[in-house]
Amino acid sequence: MTKKITIDPVTRVEGHGKVTIHLDENNKIKESRFHIVEFRGFERFVKGRPYWEIPVLVQRLCGICPVSHHLAAAKAMDMIVGANSLTPTADKMRRLMHYGQILQSHALHFFYLASPDLLFGYEANVEKRNVVAVAMENKELALQGINMRKFGQEIIKITAGKKIHGTGAIPGGINKNLTTEERDFFLKGEENMNVEQIIKWARGALDFFKNYHSKHKKFIDDFAYFPSNHLSLVTEDGAFDPYHGVLRAVDSEGNIIFDKVDSTDYYKYMGEQVKNWSYMKFPFILSIGKETGWYRVGPLARINTCDFMPSPLAQKELEEFRSYNDSKPSNSSMHMHWARLIEILHCAEMVQKLLNDKDLEGTDLVKKGNKQEEGIGLLEAPRGTLFHHYKVNENDLISMANLIVATTNNNEPMNKAVNYAAKELMNKQKEITEEMMNGVEVAIRAYDPCLSCATHALGQMPLKISLYDSNNKLINQKIT
Amino acid sequence: MSKKVKFTIDGNEISAEEGKNLLDVACENGYYIPALCHMKGHKPAGSCRLCNVKVNGRIMTACTTLVSEGMEVITEDEELAELRKTILEAMFVDGNHFCPACEKSGVCDLQALAYKHKIMSPKFKYEFSNKKVEAEVPKIMLEKNRCILCKKCIRAIKSKDGKNIFGFKARGKKLEITMDEELAAQMTDEDIQRAMDICPVGTIIKKEKGFKIPIGKRKYDKKPIGDNVEKHKEKEKD
Ligand code: SF4
Repeated sequence: MTKKITIDPVTRVEGHGKVTIHLDENNKIKESRFHIVEFRGFERFVKGRPYWEIPVLVQRLCGICPVSHHLAAAKAMDMIVGANSLTPTADKMRRLMHYGQILQSHALHFFYLASPDLLFGYEANVEKRNVVAVAMENKELALQGINMRKFGQEIIKITAGKKIHGTGAIPGGINKNLTTEERDFFLKGEENMNVEQIIKWARGALDFFKNYHSKHKKFIDDFAYFPSNHLSLVTEDGAFDPYHGVLRAVDSEGNIIFDKVDSTDYYKYMGEQVKNWSYMKFPFILSIGKETGWYRVGPLARINTCDFMPSPLAQKELEEFRSYNDSKPSNSSMHMHWARLIEILHCAEMVQKLLNDKDLEGTDLVKKGNKQEEGIGLLEAPRGTLFHHYKVNENDLISMANLIVATTNNNEPMNKAVNYAAKELMNKQKEITEEMMNGVEVAIRAYDPCLSCATHALGQMPLKISLYDSNNKLINQKIT
Repeated sequence: MSKKVKFTIDGNEISAEEGKNLLDVACENGYYIPALCHMKGHKPAGSCRLCNVKVNGRIMTACTTLVSEGMEVITEDEELAELRKTILEAMFVDGNHFCPACEKSGVCDLQALAYKHKIMSPKFKYEFSNKKVEAEVPKIMLEKNRCILCKKCIRAIKSKDGKNIFGFKARGKKLEITMDEELAAQMTDEDIQRAMDICPVGTIIKKEKGFKIPIGKRKYDKKPIGDNVEKHKEKEKD
């Protein structure tokens, strides 16, 4: 009989998760599992809805990155209405929205949620592990994080109409262009909203991280390190592009598994496995198989798969990242934060470039062609590749929907990260400590802040750990 | 020439033609009384019950009340506000009004009135209406779960030869709006747009056009409902 430790119920924000850790007779970790126990059912309840409603409806999946769902669904609907390409205004407005989205979501993820992990470590008291404590000890950094997030949200507002759950993208295009006033607000406006300033802060955040890294090499390089495949969209010529591209997968050494896969062919290359202990599916690369075909997505995977960053400052940072990792993919979970900060910088650079683009003020907003029955939209959401796939019947109503979200793609990597943390911090222990609990969270949080367990905005972690002996009897329980 | 009568609305003296309906007269004089089923120039339906006012102390629907000499009308007080709020709340739970994904959001009269009456969450149990979306006609669609049965479409939208395009079917709890598919298929884009605009909720939908107006530019983004009627309040402020 094995002993079981349960970390439960992790209930907040975007999902319910729990961690169970199975011990053997010698109190050694035998196996750990990261469960998503929530079933959201969007694929089911969008059925029967008119297709043009979907980009607005499905974004309710998430309160942190709704724009990703909004845009992925809109891209699928572009196919439905036969728009093979968009007008320059529509394409660039959507891109601007997406860059704003990645910026605000990454700022939230890094500054609000993850920075306490770096500044105070997982050994820190619960009172310290929150953004308020960061602000007390590192006022500048906290304020910059808050302002960068606000900047991203304001960009979303001018493109989607609202900071959260807007309506900008419609099938075949966009419903608004950019006014000169809106543009100048970010180009010439007050300091906190000026894109030049945001670029400076993004560089500053990278300096902060690299400085921290140089002092904590073991933690950043080794914590939750494990080799994996990496998957993301890149452009045909290998550039980083979170809005549109072809699929590329590389292995842990950087060898190409597949490349230039048209996003509408994704299902020919990828499968999904169901495990009886989780509502969340386990996707894998078909050519490698279920056992080892799992992969990472998100900032780290994107930085690992692309050949170059199409903006000068981010390209420099990529080169530094690559050289640190011997020109090979990084397989360190905590490098995810590093990659995330490079992406923040890139997004800020791209926002600046777009704001100076006259096309955004164009008036040709929507394109349509011959209607199709099927639409597939892929994009790189802040936390990784997002797949939206729909079929529409002859009455314009949705008849099939398949959504593979970033967290699902990262299901196995998150399990691996939890397993690492569990082994590192829990082995041979009979009592659950704060440090253990936070270690598990730190591992999850590197990938995803959406899960309640990865969220500790005000230091109140809705975590419950239960420790069972080999007879399944509760011997220790900790609730925070 | 018809006879003029004198009466008061909220204590102010009003003079109007005898026999006109109180809702129209109030509106013409700058008093906004919420209503979802009334259309000027059409016979009152008296179905939504939102235009309840007090006439000489008694609660009556303004759309079915004719103005008469000496009547004292109260359009707003706590009791009336509560009554209207309750009616609105009942409408919300009766149908399936998921404003976040509804393309009438921002131009919907029901939503606008809910904001005006500060409805935060319903006090009644949801009915979870699950009626079939009628989408077989190429350009027009009926999302019946949002219908408040106001009959505006039935009364105002007719085919070229005067036939009803919209009508009710079934009875009691199952009562629902429907359309004559053949006649609906003959509607022009303008006809469909007019029907969609007349519908106070998101039931009548012109297909494939949703969310074209950006947030900020929609009817009620600019001005709350009733704002263009309420002239007397501005005068009072001056
Ligand atoms: S469809 Fe609209 S206009 Fe017609 S009865 Fe229903 S709510 Fe009224």
